[in-house]
Amino acid sequence: MSTPLTAEIAHHLAARARWRPAEIAFWLIALASVIALPGWHLLLTQVAILGLFALSLDLILGFAGIISLGHAAFFGFGAYVAGILAARGLVAEPMLALVISGVAAALLGWATSFLVLRGSDLTRLMVTLGLALVLYEIANRLVWLTGGADGLSGFAMAPVLGWFDFDIAGHVGYAYSLAVTFVLFLLARRLIFSPFGLSLRSLKENALRAAAIGIPPRRRLVAIYAVAAGYAGVAGALLAQTTQFASLATLDFERSADVLLALIIGGAGYLYGGLIGAVAFKLMQEWISGVTPQYWGFWLGLVLVLIVLVGRAPLQYVRAFLPRSHLASAALRSGRG
Amino acid sequence: MLTVLFDGIAYGMLLFVLSAGLAVTLGVMNFVNLAHGAFAMAGGYVAVLLINRLGVPFFAALPLVFVATAAIGGVLERTLYVRVYAKSHLEQVLFTIGLVFMAVAAVDYTVGSGQVFLELPEMLKGQFHVLGAGIGKYRLAIIVLCGLITVALQYALARTRFGSRLRAAVDNPTVARGLGINVGRVFAVTFAVGSGLAGLGGALGAEIVGLDPVFPLKYMIYFLIVVTVGGTSSMTAPFAAAILLGLGDVAGKYYVPQLGAFVIYTMMIAVLIWRPQGLFARGATR
Repeated sequence: MSTPLTAEIAHHLAARARWRPAEIAFWLIALASVIALPGWHLLLTQVAILGLFALSLDLILGFAGIISLGHAAFFGFGAYVAGILAARGLVAEPMLALVISGVAAALLGWATSFLVLRGSDLTRLMVTLGLALVLYEIANRLVWLTGGADGLSGFAMAPVLGWFDFDIAGHVGYAYSLAVTFVLFLLARRLIFSPFGLSLRSLKENALRAAAIGIPPRRRLVAIYAVAAGYAGVAGALLAQTTQFASLATLDFERSADVLLALIIGGAGYLYGGLIGAVAFKLMQEWISGVTPQYWGFWLGLVLVLIVLVGRAPLQYVRAFLPRSHLASAALRSGRG
Repeated sequence: MLTVLFDGIAYGMLLFVLSAGLAVTLGVMNFVNLAHGAFAMAGGYVAVLLINRLGVPFFAALPLVFVATAAIGGVLERTLYVRVYAKSHLEQVLFTIGLVFMAVAAVDYTVGSGQVFLELPEMLKGQFHVLGAGIGKYRLAIIVLCGLITVALQYALARTRFGSRLRAAVDNPTVARGLGINVGRVFAVTFAVGSGLAGLGGALGAEIVGLDPVFPLKYMIYFLIVVTVGGTSSMTAPFAAAILLGLGDVAGKYYVPQLGAFVIYTMMIAVLIWRPQGLFARGATR
């Protein structure tokens, strides 16, 4: 089976998937923040969670070209699953609850992918938006299960690995969130550099030709959509576990818009965009809402408008430090859909 | 029963006037304008300013509202929107969401976050009874006004020279340009009129759907439903969709209040799955 051609392709793929110094530096900095920035851990937890959420959106937007206006549906679903598991005392162990939430969200993503993957961009926008609204309404109505508008709160999590208890300063919460984000990032990286990831990219570039060389477009998109939904669910579950609160805000339209903005700031289609965007987004939010807490939305909107009108050219230099080759050009293209 | 029907029709006609502009920009010019509700909100606040603060009579204020929001729409179209027409759907989404966030915060800053109400003239308050159904005078006025607007729109599109230019510009911009039609100006005027109508709808609807700074976000989905469910083959399709939506929403809230807005969203998703091009589309569009 190992012809010279397949050997060469395998060699190329392996070379592309090699870790670059900037990537290692990125994760070393993230690791260092656990020790060096203890006072920032509550904020950094939010960054890690948003980063994971944006990574999840990147999987479908950056690598499969699906625009979603309702990605918060899976985030909120994961948050509620984790919250209900903990509040009902069904699963107290956080890691196990996380896995269950992720799988549940992935199943939801798989089930809804058949609705989303029809029609044009516009239909997709509407269906994703509509699904998030439906979930919001359900969570709002099922008061006995979700607490309705008050949300789910007052549940205690068991210590992580039976050892590390969640503390009020968020040290354990941050280490936990960062570790989960890192592990899932590794998986996503593996996925994107695999033949599966390659087939996704070919689909995005030209679905017709990809189908002609034997790649089934629908099955690939369904698969990546379910995976991304699972990632979003884990991010939501992380939020519920670290804040010990699951509310309707996790399903809000604004959450879908925030994650889209975070990803766009960082740039879609090269895996690090969501993480970098999350750092930039949260820092910006922290800074602006420190100045004008109520009107942060205005500046958020202004950034969005400027990104579209001016483009992300000023941000391109960030990318110079990150994985190159096909990914950079794919990221540029994905900015334009 | 009749009251529900009546209220539903009034609500539906209101939705149609609110979304008519979007039917053209989104449906016809293929531009995803999520900020359409911001124009409606602007119209609502202009009306509140004129009527409550400056004491302009209700019916005199309405044309002013239309002109004011049309002007805002026209200026924004020429300065900002025109740069985004050719960009991808993703960028249009980002751009218009950005505009919505800015509008929401700006109104919050200048007017405050509370809900505001329009002072109606005495003659439009109260209701009377016909065949046992309570008919709100204000809702009746809305039906009459929106009906007139609908007829005028249909006439303008089907019978006037501008209407035929617009249809030509939409069907094939390149050929329309070749015939000497200034496509950019036609689109700009259309956008301005659409914004003006949205503003008028916002002013008329302030009493029924309420008016607060998050209006554009709250009603975004409704406008989008009208346009996508209706499809964009003609003006009558979004009109029918708006009436259906209005009836569905009012009936849903009246008979099964515990389900809330659930009915509408489910209806929309079902229609989009069943007919992705819209309920009344004639075969494939673009």
